[in-house]
Amino acid sequence: MRGMTPIVKTVTSLVSAFILLYGIYIVLYGHLTPGGGFAGGVILACCFILLVLAFGRVFVGDVISERSPYVWDCVGALAFLAVALLGYYGGTFFHNVLAQPGNYRLLSGGTILPCNIAIGIKVAACLFGVFVVLSVFRARRHGPSEG
Amino acid sequence: MDVMTMLYFLISFMIVAAVIAVEARDLLSAVLSVSAAGAGLSIVFLLLGAPDLAITQVVVEVLCLVILIRAVVTRKDVTVELRSNTFAVAAGLIFCALLCVVCLSAFSGLVPFGAPRMTMSNPYLLESFARTGAANAVMGVLLDFRAYDTLGEATVIFASIIGAYVLLRHVGRKPETGH
Repeated sequence: MRGMTPIVKTVTSLVSAFILLYGIYIVLYGHLTPGGGFAGGVILACCFILLVLAFGRVFVGDVISERSPYVWDCVGALAFLAVALLGYYGGTFFHNVLAQPGNYRLLSGGTILPCNIAIGIKVAACLFGVFVVLSVFRARRHGPSEG
Repeated sequence: MDVMTMLYFLISFMIVAAVIAVEARDLLSAVLSVSAAGAGLSIVFLLLGAPDLAITQVVVEVLCLVILIRAVVTRKDVTVELRSNTFAVAAGLIFCALLCVVCLSAFSGLVPFGAPRMTMSNPYLLESFARTGAANAVMGVLLDFRAYDTLGEATVIFASIIGAYVLLRHVGRKPETGH
């Protein structure tokens, strides 16, 4: 509940921003380099879990409420479906209406980039939500001193 | 050391880790052995030229390790000694031998390792960059050619996670007695 030792807290506060940035990079550049929405989303979830483990659930609870993982999970799933429905603008379901083949830019993949972002948000939110729910359940089962 | 030797070494390491994970007395040792098997699998993916799979495998493995150790393994778990049943062990060994024999005869009919007959996936690999603009052909297949499959997978994850939320929620749950 109170978090870990000052050593862990200091290292976490130094490192967590870089882990977050790496996860965002893996999500955004999934169509150019290895990675993608799922792997990047899991890295983002790992970063949130690291913060919860190091600083305790009460500290993180001020920033991220227990409900917000559910909400972001649904937002990611609906955004992915919205990108799929956007394909009807070009004729069919999941048609890649924005593709600009030939250059290695961030936007060259067309709808692959928004799909990756939606999947990244969804995976990060749902895996972090599972961790939050499990640790809440465990704290309630074993009394409030742990967690 | 060539790739095949490394593969055989890693696969035997993974088999040993899996056997230890099943047979270990301590729950924490079992969880660590499962993670060792997963780490070996990610190196196998890397050696076979699948960096996407290797990245996904290693990050999911780390997440599983953290969740299992933090939220599942507790000090209150007790191990129960089970007497070994001779008939069960003998039946298991006999069926393992039978499975090995059948698998050996089945594998001899497969195409050689590393040389798949790619009739269906060749157009995807050749046209992926030209038609989708994704330099990473895996993402071109996952989110453009086969995006409908990916939508189904995302729905499966969504449904399973919602199920986990429902099972583990504390709104509407009766207060536990005892403890």
